[in-house]
Amino acid sequence: MTQEKPKTYITPEIKARIGVEVPGQTAAPIDESDIRKWAIAVYWPEQPPRIFWDAEHAKKTRWKGIIAPQEMNVFTWPAERPKQRLSAAGTGQPGTRILNGGSEFEYFAPMRPGDVISSKSKLAEVFEREGRMGLMMFQVTQTDLTNQRGELVKRSKTTLIFY
Amino acid sequence: MAHVTFASVTEGQELPTFQRTTDFMHWNRYAAVNDEFVQLHMDDEAGKKVGQKGAFGMGNLQVAYLHNLLRQWVGDDCWIKKFRCELRGMNFKGDTLTAKGKVLKKYEQGGERLVDLELWTENQTGQKLCPGSATVVLFQ
Repeated sequence: MTQEKPKTYITPEIKARIGVEVPGQTAAPIDESDIRKWAIAVYWPEQPPRIFWDAEHAKKTRWKGIIAPQEMNVFTWPAERPKQRLSAAGTGQPGTRILNGGSEFEYFAPMRPGDVISSKSKLAEVFEREGRMGLMMFQVTQTDLTNQRGELVKRSKTTLIFY
Repeated sequence: MAHVTFASVTEGQELPTFQRTTDFMHWNRYAAVNDEFVQLHMDDEAGKKVGQKGAFGMGNLQVAYLHNLLRQWVGDDCWIKKFRCELRGMNFKGDTLTAKGKVLKKYEQGGERLVDLELWTENQTGQKLCPGSATVVLFQ
């Protein structure tokens, strides 16, 4: 017996979302402590580089002050908690189960203490492929981070695979 | 002070590795700074329920380790221009994760001195967990 295979997971609703910017968020101003704690966590148990916590040392570098580790997530600990997260298992039905398909970052301006970072996202691209798990839908989301001066800080493209 | 200069970089050269043997001491700290509290990273039973041997580390912590690898190589001047990776495997309690890198190409473009690298993390059995690539700017 052959199982009925879906021809596509790309619904009109998904198509309509392509290229449409969704409301982003603005993070609380970056604090020196946020930077120091992030650095301690990702370098644990070794001491992190001084550029991330020693203002005197950082002044003498090409950055002329403390900068944040480039990968630092500034959108943490909002008082209004996000309602739900995507679950990897989905509903268990084909097309709702999710795999992380990878990330791509481009970095522009450094993040510094006092910076206020805002995000804007859109579904940039959707395509499908046949793979060993059957039909797979790739959703590429592009997120731009800018600082309080409107300078682009980071552009990320993250891919989710629905199967 | 930079650890490397553009002139000293050779194509094919391997970076000094960045290594951590990770467990809840690392993951809990990362959970705290990334506001990422997920049962699969906190509870062995939750890991076993989804068919894994226990709790496992966050993918984004491996991403951070690959950034650390580049910063350790370049020093305070380090500026990563582009970064890409795919998470293919998980790291479990007590696994030794090693972030490695190799210079693919060095070139000048748009007035910048750039180095393209291949990057990955692997566990103690040599299994690649998070392969990727990066472009760094060298100012010296």
